[in-house]
Amino acid sequence: MKDLFQEIWESIQRNKLRTVLTGFAVAWGIFILIVLLGAGNGLMNAFMRNGDEFASNTMAVYGGYTSKPYEGLQEGRWIELNDRDITLTESAIFSDYVDDVTATTTKGPFVLVLGDRHVSVDVCGCYPKLLEINKIEMLEGRFINPLDMQQKRKSIVLSASHAQQLMNGGDDYPSLIGKSVSWNDNVWQVVGVYKTDESTQRVQDYVPLSTFQLIFNEQNYEDEIIFTFHGLETEQENEQFERNYKAVINKSHKAAPDDDGALWIWNRFTQNQQMNKGSGIIRKALWILGVLTLLGGIVGVSNIMLITVKERTQEFGIRKSIGATPGAIMKLIIAESVTITAFFGYIGMVLGMVACEIMKHTVGESSLDMFGENVQVFVNPTVGLDVAFGVTLVLIIAGTLAGMSPALKAARIRPIEALHDTK
Amino acid sequence: MLIELKDIHKTYNKGQPLHVLKGVDLEIGQGEFVSIMGASGSGKSTLLNILGILDNYDEGTYYLDGQLIKYLSEKEAAHYRNKMIGFVFQSFNLISFKTAVENVELPLFYQGVGRKKRREMAMEYLERFGLADWALHYPNEMSGGQKQRVAIARALITQPRILLADEPTGALDSKTSVDVMELLTKLYREEKVTIIVVTHESGVANCTDKIIHIKDGIIGETTLNEQHHASVFGTDTIIK
Repeated sequence: MKDLFQEIWESIQRNKLRTVLTGFAVAWGIFILIVLLGAGNGLMNAFMRNGDEFASNTMAVYGGYTSKPYEGLQEGRWIELNDRDITLTESAIFSDYVDDVTATTTKGPFVLVLGDRHVSVDVCGCYPKLLEINKIEMLEGRFINPLDMQQKRKSIVLSASHAQQLMNGGDDYPSLIGKSVSWNDNVWQVVGVYKTDESTQRVQDYVPLSTFQLIFNEQNYEDEIIFTFHGLETEQENEQFERNYKAVINKSHKAAPDDDGALWIWNRFTQNQQMNKGSGIIRKALWILGVLTLLGGIVGVSNIMLITVKERTQEFGIRKSIGATPGAIMKLIIAESVTITAFFGYIGMVLGMVACEIMKHTVGESSLDMFGENVQVFVNPTVGLDVAFGVTLVLIIAGTLAGMSPALKAARIRPIEALHDTK
Repeated sequence: MLIELKDIHKTYNKGQPLHVLKGVDLEIGQGEFVSIMGASGSGKSTLLNILGILDNYDEGTYYLDGQLIKYLSEKEAAHYRNKMIGFVFQSFNLISFKTAVENVELPLFYQGVGRKKRREMAMEYLERFGLADWALHYPNEMSGGQKQRVAIARALITQPRILLADEPTGALDSKTSVDVMELLTKLYREEKVTIIVVTHESGVANCTDKIIHIKDGIIGETTLNEQHHASVFGTDTIIK
C-alpha cells in the first residue's frame, strides 16, 4: 500500500499544475453537490418543522356543503358538526382504529384586557386532549382539564406571545398564573401559558369547549373534530377508512353516504406520507443534478489519465518487461485516478460543508410572511454524515470509472512496442 | 538444454506481411555465453524478443528450462519474465523518475518482496557493481556506463535463468563498451550466469564463447570462440 502511494505521489509530483487544474473540476462538482443538498435539506427541514407540531397520526374533520340531494333534501346544504358526531367517532363502529377524540371551535378576534394592557386574540374552545394531539408545549401552569370542562369554568390558557404583550414585554409567566383577564364582560382566570410556535397557525388562546359553547350559546356545535388513530398503514387503508367514516357521519346528517362534499377530512398521516415521498423525489433530483455537475470533473480526470498513460507508455513497457502484470499496471492507474478524485473531492466536500455552515448562520432561520402567516423557508441547511458517506462512495466509484479506460489502455501496452517507443 | 527452439516462424502483419523468422532452430545450454550476430533486418531482435517472452511466435516450439513457452496469458508471461529472464537494453530503459536503487529493486516489488528486504538486496547488487555511492542518484545524473551497470544489476537481482542483452554497448563509447563486456564476462565466469548478447558489432561478439550468426530469418553458421580470435581486430578490442 505504501509503495502504491509512493508511486502515485511520484506521478502527481511530476504534473502538479495539471493535476491541480483537473482536481479543481472535481472539487467544484462535489462543492455544488454538497451545497445543493444542504440547501435542499434546509428547505425540507423548514417544510417538516412547519408540519411537525401535530401528532402525525391524526385526522381533522370539518363540515361542508352537500353535493347531491338525499332523502328529499336539497343539495348545497351546510353540514354542522355536533356532539353526536363526536359520540359516533368515539363509538364501537370505529374503535378498531380511533384512539382519542377531541373537538374545537375558534372565534375571534377579541380584545383581552389585563389592567391597562390589552391584546387582540382568537379564542379556541377545546377539550383537554388537544394538549397531546396538537403537541402543545406548556411553559407554565397547566392546560384545560376535565374539571374545567365539567364545571364550565372560565379558565384560559394563554400563548406566550400574548402573555408577553399583556406583561408589557416581560416573560415572568408564573406571576401571570391565577390572574384574571377579561374580554367583553367575561372575566377569565389564567391557568397556564404555552409556547407559541410562530411558524404556523393562527396564534390562539385556549378555553374549555363547554364554557365556550355556553357563552356563545352554541351548544352542540363544533368547528372541527380531531382524532388520533392507529392501524391504518397504507394509503388504501386510509382511503377505505375515510370512506366508511364519511358514510356514517353523512348519514347522521341526512346526507348521501357517498357524498364527498358534506365532510372534509384532513388526514395528516397520508399528508405526511406524501410529503415524505415528495421530499424523497426532491432529494433524488438534487443528487442527480450534483452528480451531473461532478461528471464534468470526472471526464477531466479520465482525460488527464489518458494523457498520463500515453506519456508513460515506455515506462509501462519497461515495467512489464521486468515482470509487471497487466493487473499491477491497471491498479497503478486506477489508484492514481481514485486518489486524485477522492483528494480533490474531499476538498470540495469540506468547502461545501463550510458554505452550508455559512448559509446556516446567515439565512439559516429565515422565514417569510405568507398570507398573514409566518412560514419558515430555511431551517438548518446542512448535510449529515450519511451524505459524507454517500459522497465518499460516489467519489470512489467515479474515480474508478474515470481510471478504467486509461487503465485498460495501459494494461494493453505491449512491452516491445513500448520499448521501441523512444522519444 | 536451457533453451530449445524448434522451427520458429514469425510473420509481422502490418500492412505488407513480413516473414521475419523462417524456421529458427536453436539450443543454448546452462551457463553458456553466447552472442547472436546479424545485420539489421536479419531478425535478431525479433528472435531476442521471442526468447525474452516479450513477443509471441506463430509456429514451432520454445522450451525454456523444460517449460513450453506458448499461448501464455499476459499474466503468465509477466510471471516468467520476472522469474526467469533479466533484460539489458541498448538504451538502458531505466525509469527516469526513480533513483538507481529504486530501479534495481523494482523487479522484486513485482515479486512481492517486502520494502526492507528489497532495499537491502538492491544495495548489495549496486555495491557489487561499484555503484553504492550512486544509489540515490537519478539516471540522468549518471554516465552511460553507470546506467548500464544499474540496468545489469536490475536484470540480475531476481537471479534469472538467462540474461538477455540487446545491443548492450550500442549507446556507449568504446572504452565503456569494453568495461561493460568485461563485467558480463566476469558474471559468466564467476557466477555461471547464462548470457545471450544480441549485437551487430563483431568486437562485442568476440567477447563471447559462441557466436550464432543469423541471416534472413534463419540460423547460419555457429562459431565456437573460446579463444576469442573471431574479431579481425584482435581480442578485447571494440572498434566503434
